[in-house]
Amino acid sequence: MSKNYFALPQLSLRFLPIWRRNYMVWKKMAGPSILGHLADPVIYMLGLGYGLGGMLPEISGMSYIAFLSAGTVCYSTMNSASFEALYSGFARMHEQRTWEAILNTPITLDDIVLSEIFWAASKSLLSGIAVLLVIWILGLAHSPLSLWIIPLSLLVGLCFASLGLIVTALAPGYEFFMYYFTLVITPMTLLCGVFFPVDQLPAMLQTISAMLPLTHAVDLARPLLNNAIPVNFMTDIAVLAGYALVGFYVSLVLFRKRLAQ
Amino acid sequence: MNSVIRAENLLKIYAGQRVVDGISLAIVRGECFGLLGPNGAGKTTTLRLLLGLIAPDSGHIELLNHAIPGNAREARLRVGVVPQMDNLDPDFTVAENLMVYGRYFGMTDASIEARLPELLEFANLTHKRDVKVPTLSGGMKRRLTLARALVNDPDVIFLDEPTTGLDPQARHLIWQRLRELTARGKTLVLTTHFMDEAERLCHRLAVMDNGRIISQGSPRELIADNIEPQVVEVFGEQAADWAKNHAANHTERFETSGESVFCYVRDAHPLLLELQQHPELRYVHRPANLEDVFLKLTGREMRE
Repeated sequence: MSKNYFALPQLSLRFLPIWRRNYMVWKKMAGPSILGHLADPVIYMLGLGYGLGGMLPEISGMSYIAFLSAGTVCYSTMNSASFEALYSGFARMHEQRTWEAILNTPITLDDIVLSEIFWAASKSLLSGIAVLLVIWILGLAHSPLSLWIIPLSLLVGLCFASLGLIVTALAPGYEFFMYYFTLVITPMTLLCGVFFPVDQLPAMLQTISAMLPLTHAVDLARPLLNNAIPVNFMTDIAVLAGYALVGFYVSLVLFRKRLAQ
Repeated sequence: MNSVIRAENLLKIYAGQRVVDGISLAIVRGECFGLLGPNGAGKTTTLRLLLGLIAPDSGHIELLNHAIPGNAREARLRVGVVPQMDNLDPDFTVAENLMVYGRYFGMTDASIEARLPELLEFANLTHKRDVKVPTLSGGMKRRLTLARALVNDPDVIFLDEPTTGLDPQARHLIWQRLRELTARGKTLVLTTHFMDEAERLCHRLAVMDNGRIISQGSPRELIADNIEPQVVEVFGEQAADWAKNHAANHTERFETSGESVFCYVRDAHPLLLELQQHPELRYVHRPANLEDVFLKLTGREMRE
């Protein structure tokens, strides 16, 4: 552990055994987990896509359900990583004292935080693949470009895992997470083009939207599913990666402070 | 000297309070060293400092020739820890807990697998190998935690209140196992507030209070250095009155606590003759023990 809370993270592959531990736990409950990853987006896409979509004309040159499918990929991967980093991460850090046990071995807090981020991003990856399968089955995307959704899911996962861990590092208990979901995640879902195009929003909200990571995820996912190369893909990737890196560093500093007590 | 752990002048301040206040220790290979003290004395914080889990505000630590906390990671490859609070993985079986923990030390699955039978045997958990942790009794969980701390075959094992909350049978089994470990040349560092545990297990002890070491030595030395060798405990409703009028004449020192009077003497004979004059009093004559030392050094008042 560092004497200096603000030291740069020391990266190593020592996080892999922790990732493997989490995978072993997950494997025991894989059935319900995979069902959740599949059922949730299917219900949204079918319910809103066909229900609401039936009343709507084409949006941005595509059917509403096709429009919504890109939003759903991003929204599902965001949620998977967020839930894992907040609720499950908190359980491992606080309730089960898993971190405490691991810190008594030659593994450092830097490794643990990295493992949490990669584990939560792995859940996003799984979620992204599940939604992509549904999209393919429903015939909403055909081009090989849609395969880029898979690495995108991982990137979105890294981004929201890192941001979520900041909240976990500050949380006194599980109740605290409601603030994050109500004040950050839900507004983000509505501001970032998941359910409707961002240009429907007032100018001021559009400015905010442009700064939010989910907007950039949607800006990548929507053209990719519609057989087009995203216009500003370098910017979008940079924003998502930037949030991930800043989130990792800030959460690590906060965890160092928290665990030094 | 063949010291495994050396600490000099450790200071740790939390919220303006000196939780560890100038502690120095030298622990040698193969000994069982005990940190004894009331709740809040700074025992756990001292362990956390020695392990490099927290950094001291000042002072110097060496663990297995590694500077701590700077090279704590390297040192912990050769260290095992039994924490105060259970932190086994509840989702896993007994064997899975050991497997997963071994991987944190960079061990291969094959090498952990090879150690499993011996570890399970040591913990008396061979028959529970594939049982999930939540169904284990408190004693079994403790033994599993001990086995887990041994997965990397460490040279030094830290134990934070290893038998707190266990029934006597479970406690005796843990003690037996800890003695086996020292017999094999392992170094043990444990915290406890059980005097019998400290007296039975520890070659040397440091009594801590308010973040300081107030006395240090073997259990016998601590008794010889700090207290008269004989104790007579006098009980009964009249004990306090008797003490007020007579105790000073027959004892080196005495303390009244409720309806009991603790009389400390070098030679108990005159006191016992005196007590025979008072049939209303009951008494017990015994040699002084660590608990007497502990209470003398840290006081009789409650710590909360």
